[in-house]
Amino acid sequence: MLLLSIDWIFIIEKVALILVIILASFGIAAYATWGERKVAAIMQDRIGPARAGIFGLLQPLADGGKLFFKEEIVPDRSTKTLFILGPALFMITALMTSAVIPWGPDFTISTDSGIRTVSLQVADINIGILYIFGVVSLGIYGVMLGGWSSNNKFSLLSAIRAASQSISYELAMGLSLIAVLMLTGSLSLRDIVSQQHGFWQDGYFSWNFFKQPVAFLVFLVCTFAELNRAPFDMPECESELNMGYHQEYSSMKLGLYLFAEYINMFISSAVLSTVFFGGYNFPWMDQVASAVPSGLFSLICVSVLMIKVIGFILFFMFIRWTLPRFRYDQLLNLGWKGLIPLALLNLVITGGVILFFFNK
Amino acid sequence: MHLHEILFWFLSFMAIVCALGVILSRNPVKSVLFLIATFFSISGHYVLMNAQFLAVVNIIVYAGAIMVLFLFVIMLMNLNADAEPQKSRLVQMAAVLSGGALFLVIIAALRTVDLNNKAMITSEGDLGLIHNLGMVLFKEYVLPFELSSVLFLAAMVGAMVIGKKEEVIQNP
Amino acid sequence: MQLTKRAVNVDRSPMTLGEKIYLPAIAKGLKITMGHIFKKKATVSYPEQTRPFSPVFRGLHVLNRDEQGREKCTACGLCALACPAEAITMEAAERKKGEEHLYREEKYAARYEINMLRCIFCGYCEEACPKDAVYLSETIMPSNYSRDYFIYKKEDLLITEEQMKKRAATGKG
Repeated sequence: MLLLSIDWIFIIEKVALILVIILASFGIAAYATWGERKVAAIMQDRIGPARAGIFGLLQPLADGGKLFFKEEIVPDRSTKTLFILGPALFMITALMTSAVIPWGPDFTISTDSGIRTVSLQVADINIGILYIFGVVSLGIYGVMLGGWSSNNKFSLLSAIRAASQSISYELAMGLSLIAVLMLTGSLSLRDIVSQQHGFWQDGYFSWNFFKQPVAFLVFLVCTFAELNRAPFDMPECESELNMGYHQEYSSMKLGLYLFAEYINMFISSAVLSTVFFGGYNFPWMDQVASAVPSGLFSLICVSVLMIKVIGFILFFMFIRWTLPRFRYDQLLNLGWKGLIPLALLNLVITGGVILFFFNK
Repeated sequence: MHLHEILFWFLSFMAIVCALGVILSRNPVKSVLFLIATFFSISGHYVLMNAQFLAVVNIIVYAGAIMVLFLFVIMLMNLNADAEPQKSRLVQMAAVLSGGALFLVIIAALRTVDLNNKAMITSEGDLGLIHNLGMVLFKEYVLPFELSSVLFLAAMVGAMVIGKKEEVIQNP
Repeated sequence: MQLTKRAVNVDRSPMTLGEKIYLPAIAKGLKITMGHIFKKKATVSYPEQTRPFSPVFRGLHVLNRDEQGREKCTACGLCALACPAEAITMEAAERKKGEEHLYREEKYAARYEINMLRCIFCGYCEEACPKDAVYLSETIMPSNYSRDYFIYKKEDLLITEEQMKKRAATGKG
C-alpha cells in the first residue's frame, strides 16, 4: 500500500533533475578551475594552461586524475573519523544548496494520461532563502572539523578564522536580504523570481538589483567572505598559515575541499542572480514565450540563468586577481562596523519608503 | 505503517541515540557533534509537523551559529578527553540529584499531555508556517517579543562592556 | 634619504571617506587588470618557440677540430690552469706514427674531462686556449639524475659533424 501511494513518475523526475544539477555543478566547478587559471593568466599577460587539449580544455581532467592517484595520507595523531568527515561535510553542504534554486520556468509535456507539468526546481519550499542560510551556516563545519582534526596548529588557526569570519558576515548577509524580502513579501525563491518577471514592469526595472542596490552590494561582499575567496581568503592565506585548514590533506580529500569551493562559487552565483538579477527572467521574455514551445522556452530560460551565473563567476575571478588580501582586523572591522550598519540603514530606509509610499 | 510514522520513529530514535552520545562521549568535540546531530533530528520532527520555519531557524541559530561558537571555544581551549578533571563524589551526587529532578518534571509534564490533539503532530497542521507564526508573534505576542529583543540588546551591550579592554589610567 | 628618484614616501595620513568605502579603489584596480586582457602575452611556448640566444651566451664546452678534422687540443693545460672552479682534468699523450690525421700537433689530450657540476661557465678556458681548441657553444647543459653523467669525457666534448657544419655556416654554435 505504501509503495503504491507514491507518485513514481514524480520521484523519477526529481531524481533525474537532482542528478542533472549535481553533474552540472561538477562540470561547471571543474571548468571554473580551468577558467580561474585562464583568467589569472590573461590578467598577468600569460596564456595559462594550453597543453592538455585545445586551449588546455582537458586540464580539469588531468588535475582530477592527478588528485585521484595521489597517496592518501592521514596524519598519525589526527582524529581519523573527523578527518575524513570534514571534506565530506564540506562537499555535501556545497551541493545541498542547489535544491531550492529555480533553474527555469515550468514546462508541460503531454502524455497519454494528460498534460504533465515539470518543474525545474527540486523543492519549492516556502522558506527557500532561510534554507540556503541554514545550509551555508553548516558549511563551516567541514572547514572547522577538517582544521581541528588534522592536529596542526596552522589548520586550527585557519579553521577558527574561517568560523569567526563566516559568523560575522552571515549577520550582514541576512540583514541585507531582509530589505529585499520586505519588497517581495515571500521567502520562497520561486516567488522572488516570478516577481522579477521580464525586465521592465510598471514603469521601473523589475529586477531587485535596481530596487535594492545597497542590499546587493552588502550581499555581494558577504558572499565573497562566505566563499573564503580573495580578498577575504583569510582561512587559507599562504603568507601566514601555509595552506590553511587543508594543510594536512592530500589526494582526493584535498580535491574535495578545493572542488567544493568552486561548487560553492557556482551556487552563490546562482543565488545572487536569482535574488537580485531576476533569475531566469530576461527582457522581452513574454514575446519569446509566445513564439516558441514551452520546452524550448524553458531551455532558453535555463541558458539565460547560466549566462548570468557565468558572468558572476567571472566577476569573482576578476576580483580575486585584482585585489590584495585584507588584513584580519580590517576584515572584521569592515563586517561589523561597515556592512552591518549599512545593511541596517538600508533596512530602515526600505521600511520607511514602503510604509509611506507603497502602503496599500 | 505510514511513511510519516516511519520517519517519526527513525528521527526519534536518532534524536535519543545522539542525545545519549552527547553525554557519553569523552571527547568534547564529539559531544558537540552529537548535539548538532540531535538538533538535526529535532529539526526533522519540525518538518514532519509542517513547521518548516521553526526547523530551519533551529538549524540556523543552534546548529549553524551557537554550536559553531561552542566548537570554537572547545578548539581554542584545546579540551580533550585527557584534560577532563576527575569530579569529586559530592559534585557527582549533586549532578544526579538535579538531573533526576529535571527528569521528574519532564515526566510530570508528559503525563498531562493530550495525545488526541492530532493537529500538531501531523503534516496537516499549518501552525508552524512562517505566515501564521509571524501573525501570532506580531499581533498577539508583540509585547513579549519586543521585550525579549530589548533583553537581548541589554545582554549584548553588557557583554561588550565586560569584553572591552580596560583603559589604562595614567596617574598625573 | 632617497636612494633612487622613484622612491615614494608612504602616506600614513588617515583614510578619507572615499578610501574607506574601498569602491573607487576597487574600480581603479579592476580597470588596470581589465586593461591587461588586451596586452601582448609574454609567454614563449618553449619547445615549439625558443628565445634567441644572447651573442655572448656561454653554454656547453666543445673541443674543436681543424679543417681536416684533426683535434686541435695539445693538452698544454692552460685551460685547466685558468679554470677558477678547477673543473678541467687532462692527460697528455704523444702522437704515434700513423695518427697524423687524428691529431694536429705531436702532443694530444688522451683524457680530457670537464666536471660540469663544478664548471661555472665563465669562459676563461676559451680565453686561455692558445690553439683555439676549446670554446663554449650555445647548447644548454641538460639535467640528469646521476652525478656521473655530469663528468663530460673527451668523446662527449668533441665537436660533431652537425656542429662543424653549423659553425662553418654561421660562425657560431
